Amino acid sequence: MIYARGLVKRFGEFTAVDGIDLEVAPGEAFGFLGPNGAGKSSTMRMIGCVSRPTAGELRILDMDPVREGPAIRGRLGVCPQTDNLDPDLTVFENLTTYARYFGIPRPEARRRAAELLEFVQLTEKSGSTVDPLSGGMKRRLSIARAMINEPDLVLLDEPTTGLDPQARHLLWERLFRLKQRGVTLVLTTHYMDEAEQLCDRLVVMDAGKIVAEGSPRHLIETHSTREVVELRFGDEPPAAYVEKLAGIGQRLDPLPDRLLLYSDDGDGAVDEVHRRGFTPSSVLVRRATLEDVFLILTGRTLVD
Amino acid sequence: MGTLAVLERALVSYKRLWQASVFSSFILPVLFVISIGIGVGGYVGDVDGVSYLDWIVPGVLASTAFQMAVGESTFPVLGDFKWVKGYHAMRATPVGIGDMVAGYQLYIAFRVIIASVVFLGVSAAFGAIHSPWVVVTPFVCALLGVAVSAPTSAFSASIENDSYFALLFRFVVIPSTLFAGVFFPVSQLPALLRPLAYASPLWHAVELCRSATLGVAPPWPAVAHVAYLLLWAVLGALLAVRAFRRRLSD
Repeated sequence: MIYARGLVKRFGEFTAVDGIDLEVAPGEAFGFLGPNGAGKSSTMRMIGCVSRPTAGELRILDMDPVREGPAIRGRLGVCPQTDNLDPDLTVFENLTTYARYFGIPRPEARRRAAELLEFVQLTEKSGSTVDPLSGGMKRRLSIARAMINEPDLVLLDEPTTGLDPQARHLLWERLFRLKQRGVTLVLTTHYMDEAEQLCDRLVVMDAGKIVAEGSPRHLIETHSTREVVELRFGDEPPAAYVEKLAGIGQRLDPLPDRLLLYSDDGDGAVDEVHRRGFTPSSVLVRRATLEDVFLILTGRTLVD
Repeated sequence: MGTLAVLERALVSYKRLWQASVFSSFILPVLFVISIGIGVGGYVGDVDGVSYLDWIVPGVLASTAFQMAVGESTFPVLGDFKWVKGYHAMRATPVGIGDMVAGYQLYIAFRVIIASVVFLGVSAAFGAIHSPWVVVTPFVCALLGVAVSAPTSAFSASIENDSYFALLFRFVVIPSTLFAGVFFPVSQLPALLRPLAYASPLWHAVELCRSATLGVAPPWPAVAHVAYLLLWAVLGALLAVRAFRRRLSD
């Protein structure tokens, strides 16, 4: 579906995407995980054929995005980072007018609009204008709109940024249903839980480069330990404990508010901390996440 | 196909406010005809051998089209780039940049034709129509609409800040309306200023409409007036396509 080699996007002096390689297969849910400014959205815009690559090779649906942009865009569904719905139109009209951009005949557009509103659970809002809808509803409408042309490939740029937890879960559930139907999904996110929930495979991006690639499980196994212990100390800053706890687990990462201790045996590591005579004010043993992978790879947290 | 889809979107939006807009395009000419045509006309007497009311009606017709076309391609176009991002939504589909410009210009032409027909109805009721040639005036107004809306769209697509629109209205739209032969013949202007009126697309449309409603020959051959308006429409559309492309690509 997507093939990229040495893909570069520069804006003047600034290199947003710095030579990345990608392959996305049909039916896959593929994610770009990284902090703001990592180059995720620039990559998405190139894949969506609205931004020309500065250098490198890019093929979308086995076509050339520069020469065959309209043909490719006709088979893509795009859910942009900020909603660009028509505020003056009703929810239903937003779908039917958008359908016309793809040359879908009016009766067919109405049929699909009704079906998609059902799918994103907005049927009862069909006649409402867009403005009074909640953020989550607008996002769902954007996703329904992206599906109107029955796309082969759906691009979702930060689909749940800014939504409350309940709205996010509803959206994830809908996206999961799309995935089950065999729709190829490509999404960007800076939420590791989103990447873990939705992506079969993902790349971790930082400063325009891909720093790791694989399934969420594979990334965690390769780059992190099975468990992570979060230690908080009341007396001294976490960094002061790095030396004192040296040798416990495989790695120690001091954050401003806590110390992360990477170990395959979290409880064993906690016992060792106590044996050395230290009593943290709080101890949390948890499974390693993509957040930890990102921290290990880049030295920074995902959401600053 | 893409062009019609863009037109359709504009029409669906318009559906929501058409009653208000038709009402205002009805009420405005009535006010104009009564205050200026009949009120001022009572003092002025005849112009070029016809009553002032009859003389001014085609001018106000064209200048109403002019103002509507400019107005509809300022905030609505900038807004679709900056706030609504409707053009960005289109950009993600097979719709091309040319479709975006052409579709919106068709919408402007449609709006202007509707407003012109309403205006003509009112004018006919006041007995200001004197020639069957009047049937061409909605199309002249539509051409004028595109001739000014296309370059205005290009301008709106090139700016970041809506305060430029105040300058556009103050230094382009209002002077054009005042000095393009709408309220008094251009021959009254000092010879030095006349070329400015001739340069304005509005003057050409005013003269075409006036010759059509009064049934007299226009000052230049009709073909020349039409060609001048067409030139503006074509150049304006090219500028708009360029401005839209710049705004939508990086």
